Amino acid sequence: MEQLGGNLVIDVQQLTKRYGPIVAVNDVSFRVEPGQILGFLGPNGAGKTTTMRVLTGYIPPTNGRAIVAGFDVFEQAVEAKRRTGYLPETPPLYPEMTVREYLTFVARINAIGSNQRRPRVDLAMDRTSIGDMANRHCGKLSKGYRQRVGLAQAILHNPDVLILDEPTAGLDPKQIIETRELIKGLAGDHTIILSTHILPEVAQTCERVVIINKGCVVAEDTPINLTNRLKGSETIYLEIDTGGADPTADLESVPGVTRIASGTDNGGEWSFDVESAEGTDVRRELVHAVVSKGWGLLEMRPVRLSLEEIFLQLTTEEDEQPDERKPSTEGGTEEVEPVEATDA
Amino acid sequence: MRNVLAIAQKELQQYFVSPIAYVVVGLFAVLFGYFYVASLSILLQVSMQAGMFGMGGGPQAVNINEFMVRPLLSNTAVILLFFLPFLTARAYAEEKRSGTIELLMTSPLTDLQIILGKFLGVLTLFAVMLGVTTIHMGILFWYGEPELGPILTGYLGLGLMGASFISVGLLVSSATRNQIVAGVITFAVLLLFWVMSWMADSTGPTMRSALTYLSILEHFDDFSKGIIDTKHVVYYLSFITFGIFLTAKSVDSERWRG
Repeated sequence: MEQLGGNLVIDVQQLTKRYGPIVAVNDVSFRVEPGQILGFLGPNGAGKTTTMRVLTGYIPPTNGRAIVAGFDVFEQAVEAKRRTGYLPETPPLYPEMTVREYLTFVARINAIGSNQRRPRVDLAMDRTSIGDMANRHCGKLSKGYRQRVGLAQAILHNPDVLILDEPTAGLDPKQIIETRELIKGLAGDHTIILSTHILPEVAQTCERVVIINKGCVVAEDTPINLTNRLKGSETIYLEIDTGGADPTADLESVPGVTRIASGTDNGGEWSFDVESAEGTDVRRELVHAVVSKGWGLLEMRPVRLSLEEIFLQLTTEEDEQPDERKPSTEGGTEEVEPVEATDA
Repeated sequence: MRNVLAIAQKELQQYFVSPIAYVVVGLFAVLFGYFYVASLSILLQVSMQAGMFGMGGGPQAVNINEFMVRPLLSNTAVILLFFLPFLTARAYAEEKRSGTIELLMTSPLTDLQIILGKFLGVLTLFAVMLGVTTIHMGILFWYGEPELGPILTGYLGLGLMGASFISVGLLVSSATRNQIVAGVITFAVLLLFWVMSWMADSTGPTMRSALTYLSILEHFDDFSKGIIDTKHVVYYLSFITFGIFLTAKSVDSERWRG
């Protein structure tokens, strides 16, 4: 059978999925290079699960195409599915089967020969450390074990591509670390897409991140680049002692400063987030202004946005965009407020 | 085929690990036993009457096939009408509710393999149900001399009819995630096919022959008399094929709807 897309292991091209009038995924494109781990981030209902379901051939796309392990997931579904391991949001377990029975069944429907089944099942149980549960019924397992049996099911047939929908959900911290290590260990031989709500997990596990909101890709980059690039503005945390006076107006007049956010007065000691345009360093100007007023400089440090803040920023900005477009006809310049959710 | 067998075996395993198989087979055996005893006492009555009107004296030998086996098989068909919808109700509905359908549909299997596997699974359990009744039939042979032929054709008829019921059950189950809804709809559809010919007499000639042809019951009658008519075999086989075809369509449309 013809393989598509050369060594590109996952290639999603302008994927759209509509449910009647509802657009669940809108024109999503991204690529995952062989052996990479891609983190898939987004709030609930953003279209992560839908995208993953299209990639695994569970549902067909309305428009666009997806190529997994060199095969079109719709046109060459069986070939693509043979090379894909999938852990859905809820691990698809049969409660009345024991873990071993279940995994043996999965091995069987993945065309693993009868003499290979036992070693493969043992290996998968070993890698996910569920060996001690082999003869328990799936329905009697705790959430963490169910999740790991689901993971064992996904890696059982040693697929080229792993698609994991929230693989660490429901695990305790130790298991989370083990699972992350397992996933990292699988990269290289396998190309992996994992979705998650836990942002540090992305920073720790993934080489690339795709942030998706309301069905659209809002950012795609490495976790580090994202933190740097997507700040949009430089932010400096400033704490000064003015002896009581409100310094906001004075600080706003410092050249280069675009915005003063979250000023709090703590008995004459004021703290601010001072924002300036990207690439401009206003620290010298700020110090100069503070000193020339005779105030005391208590603290000043650049603020790095965490992935969490970027995530919030990207996904809440999306909400405000329609409103922001309106005043642009009135010639409003840079007065757009980018963040609302972070001022708490 | 290997995949079909894998699914079929899984289905059977699920029936036998859960109480479903035991409850269904057990209660089926109880009801069949009751009908068996009831038709036996009718047979006895008939034979006593024959004795009284005949030469006098003790009971006379009457045709066991005509007076016992045939009504018994017809009654069995009614029991199946009630039982099989419960067996097929879970086939798809349960997998959809628990999310395991996602495993099957993202595994390298075709829709048809999954459907045939499930069909084969339920069919095997159904065969076990009928298998239990061969004990009763064996007892008849022990004490009497019934004809084997009509009994075999009767079982063939029951098998084909049951398989038709199962194909309807699969179709309905594939369209819902609620087992009760699946069971009730299947039962209603089957009952409608069952009584289809009741309306026949009060309609025109074309309608009458159409309704009579569609009625599941009409086609069973000849089998229980010991006749294998291709017409009836074709009817049941096309019924089953059509049911499986529609199930495949239904599964596919469910996929598009998500």
